[in-house]
Amino acid sequence: MLRIAEHSFSSRLFTGTGKFGNTQLMLDALKASGTELVTLAIKRVDTKQNTDNLMAPLSSLGIKLLPNTSGARNAQEAIFAAQLAKEIFQTNWIKLEIHPDPKYLMPDPIETLTAAEALVNKGFVVLPYVHADPVLCRRLEEVGCAAVMPLGSPIGSNQGLLTKAFLTMIIEQSNVPVIIDAGIGCPSDATLAMELGADAVLVNTAIASSPRPVTMAKCFKQAVNTGREAHKAGIGAVSSKAISTSPLTGFLNELY
Amino acid sequence: MNFTDIFVGIDRDHLKMQIYSCSSTDVERALNKPSGNVEALMALLSPAAEPYIEQLAQQASALTKQRFGYNISLFAPMYLSNLCANECDYCGFTMSNKIKRKVLDHSDIKKEIEVIKQRGFDSILLVTGEHESKVGIDYFANALPIIKQHFSHIALEAQPLKTDEYRRLNQLGLDAVMLYQETYQPHTYAKHHTRGKKADFDYRLNSPDRLGTAGVDKIGLGVLLGLDEWRLDALLMGHHLSYLEKRYWRSKFSVSLPRLRPCAGGIKPKTTITDRGFLQLICAFRLFSEHLEISLSTRERSDFRDNILPLGITHMSAASSTQPGGYANPKSELEQFEISDERTVNEVIEAITNKGYTPIFKDWEADWKNG
Repeated sequence: MLRIAEHSFSSRLFTGTGKFGNTQLMLDALKASGTELVTLAIKRVDTKQNTDNLMAPLSSLGIKLLPNTSGARNAQEAIFAAQLAKEIFQTNWIKLEIHPDPKYLMPDPIETLTAAEALVNKGFVVLPYVHADPVLCRRLEEVGCAAVMPLGSPIGSNQGLLTKAFLTMIIEQSNVPVIIDAGIGCPSDATLAMELGADAVLVNTAIASSPRPVTMAKCFKQAVNTGREAHKAGIGAVSSKAISTSPLTGFLNELY
Repeated sequence: MNFTDIFVGIDRDHLKMQIYSCSSTDVERALNKPSGNVEALMALLSPAAEPYIEQLAQQASALTKQRFGYNISLFAPMYLSNLCANECDYCGFTMSNKIKRKVLDHSDIKKEIEVIKQRGFDSILLVTGEHESKVGIDYFANALPIIKQHFSHIALEAQPLKTDEYRRLNQLGLDAVMLYQETYQPHTYAKHHTRGKKADFDYRLNSPDRLGTAGVDKIGLGVLLGLDEWRLDALLMGHHLSYLEKRYWRSKFSVSLPRLRPCAGGIKPKTTITDRGFLQLICAFRLFSEHLEISLSTRERSDFRDNILPLGITHMSAASSTQPGGYANPKSELEQFEISDERTVNEVIEAITNKGYTPIFKDWEADWKNG
């Protein structure tokens, strides 16, 4: 089981709600994925009329909602969105996303750290989306974030784990769960992330933008399980040379 | 530095010649690496790309789905005034046109808002003719707070303003400004804009720089297709976009590609762009910029709008009125141009849904600026 703050998850595949063709298709895909945590952009929710009808079907699937601050360009806007999310959804969980760059949607490390600290102090369970920066992840852990969410590659780009070397460092060093977010384009990327030792992955575009989202969701479910099991089983070390099964020092074990 | 400093160095005649000399090899190379590359954009806009229209559409559709999902954002234009101090021979609002003139007061604005909100819109485009003294910065600054109470996202399409004026509106909750150059060819521009401040080509050309400097979140560019050779106008807009994106990295960008429509006393297009050419144009811009917002207005026919919806479009208007007060009082004859897609909002929603897409009404947080 994966624990984040006081919550346990048996599924290590987190997903999103955006980009689907319609709500039913989204719900079918979420069900097929077995996910227990989905993220939702607060900017998409009609906060004045609160006509959003997602809450009930998500609850019936046993899915916890993780509102996100997507669209916020600085700490102030993100904090505002988090407070709005808390009011509407009665949750203190927030996926912190701050991207002032609308082109590649790169997260702003400075604003993210500032907002994370402020939100933790206000009692939020903060899951920040960040670049795969090991030092930043440590700083976010120090200010009390419940997990870190480093990117594999630019959000929605399906480029896979371009930041693999840095993700490995983050996973090695982190004392809070590491959820690899953004850029996971195909099931094998998710398997690789889990094999590296990530605690979970967040996949949205690769499922929602697929011509067959339900099938793709199932594939990701299997891929995450496979990667996790392989990680637990212990993956052999990689060597550039062949290693003999009869080592030169074998004689030391022989009885004279 | 402003864009005019770059523009002066672009040899437009040479560029036009280059567009028409592109080969199929150029197009194939461009299809392989189109993103952010003005050379590739040129090939994709060229006549040589016409036989590749299916491949363009396939790539454009896939890229748009990946970036924006199966979503189409809907907005409504709200005309605040048809007063105009310019003479532009393609526009129904042109100064010499003998039409009734009207500027909406706060009570009129509230009536319009009521109808637009009833239709479900949360994103609005405020449109005016260009009349600095009667519908200038103070008018906008007074109207914005009223409108902002009802809409998450507000865009403005009016005369170009000064940097400080844009800053002021930005603080009052303005999210986007659409400022179309109409044509990037100065001789043609001069021929169609004969009186008023709009006749100043360079001031208009540098307006997006002022928007970027003022920190306006979204900047909209556009050309009026039909005033001159569309391939060259579009390519020059691509150069403009490329310059702006590098310089104002915090801003979002959108393009609108209106085709010249009939209006009271208006001119006939100098050149026409076919449906095939129009699709080529949209796809070329999608391949050039994956994150660019591309807007499609009710100027286009309903069947055509439905067909190109999955091929690069991100934003659409629906059931638009193009005259001040036209939602509350549809029969007054003050319109800027005739629309072509006259379906109701529900009919447009149905068409979007039938294509497997989700209509999006809200995609922004109104209170972010004063949060």
